[in-house]
Amino acid sequence: MGALGHYIEDEGIATTGISLVREHTEDLRPPRFLWVPFELGRPLGAPNQPDFQREVLRKSLLLLESNSGPVLIEDFDEEAPIGEDRSNENVEGWACPVNFPSPPSDKSEREAALLAEIESLSPWYDFSVRKRGGSSVGASRLSTKQIATFFIKFLDGKVENPQPEISLGNFLKIASEDIKAWYMEAATAQPGYSTSVEIQNWFWGETTAGAIFLDLNSVFEISEDPLLQYMARSSFVPRNQRFRLK
Amino acid sequence: MVRISDLPPDDAKHLLSKKCQPFDSSPWVTGLPLKERRVAMITTAGIHVAGEKTFGFADTAFRIIPGDTKSSDMVMSHTSVNFDRTGFQQDLNVAFPIDRLQELADANEIGSVADFHYGFMGGGSKPSDFEKTAREVAGLLKKDNVDAVMLIPI
Repeated sequence: MGALGHYIEDEGIATTGISLVREHTEDLRPPRFLWVPFELGRPLGAPNQPDFQREVLRKSLLLLESNSGPVLIEDFDEEAPIGEDRSNENVEGWACPVNFPSPPSDKSEREAALLAEIESLSPWYDFSVRKRGGSSVGASRLSTKQIATFFIKFLDGKVENPQPEISLGNFLKIASEDIKAWYMEAATAQPGYSTSVEIQNWFWGETTAGAIFLDLNSVFEISEDPLLQYMARSSFVPRNQRFRLK
Repeated sequence: MVRISDLPPDDAKHLLSKKCQPFDSSPWVTGLPLKERRVAMITTAGIHVAGEKTFGFADTAFRIIPGDTKSSDMVMSHTSVNFDRTGFQQDLNVAFPIDRLQELADANEIGSVADFHYGFMGGGSKPSDFEKTAREVAGLLKKDNVDAVMLIPI
């Protein structure tokens, strides 16, 4: 991020921005940045908090009017609000209200279990689309059930890239993000406040999809494809969930 | 809570391992008051219009985001798995505050919103890898009469 600011400012256009990792911004010394104490992935603080988001944006933009510089890092000291304003709801933890069985230990049952799991969450995903006016799912251009079937076939050794214009590794990556986004949009549409860590723990620890993804990571590890090996090391299972890997 | 001291040890170690060398020069451009500026946004969240080419690993190219793109038409194809996406999935503005920027324009706190914004994918590349595409975007921003850029990480 700091590099973009440096090069664009060098071309004569003033830049400002948000810094999530102060240490990186201090290293690079770009023109102006507002450091914020928010979770990675939430540079404006919290979803559905327009007043708070506007204040973060305003403070960063106002750095453009400062005469001191170059290299200006100011701090935004206010912590992000906790999720949406749902003060009337129970915010003591979160559990997915959809009950589905534990991931099957018999691998021959996993496709049926995965498709059933998707079916049971579908009403919540559909509700999410209606509530939010859309979805971030779609980069793979396959339906969630098609992605699910693709992953099962991949685990069974039937490798066929549905998007030959990109590498198999890149397709696996995009498809995995689509299915995770589908699950997480369904989960966050449900009642009750949920933190990002609770949602991650639910997906990786309780769902059949999560169990299948952990199996996929093991397959990637022993693949001859360097990209799949790289994904297995650092770009498939988040660091805070890698303890689940066998 | 991205204070390094608050992070799990593995995450802190990973972030601190990404030491960056400072640039040799420190450009600094001044200009009009904020309320007279035309502002564009650049995100490194791997956000782009649905249907466009997704970001690959160590991809330093950019995607054009027309200012009138509906939030429901935007997707994210960042390759990192180590940041929260549930916020973005609930509200685009937590990562790409297009509605907030328009509100500041409507309130005359900024001059106007650019016609085009730009999406990069920030993971897996060295800062210097972005020089070519960053300078290319600067040329496009000038054609859009932009004189202020808001940079948003993920």
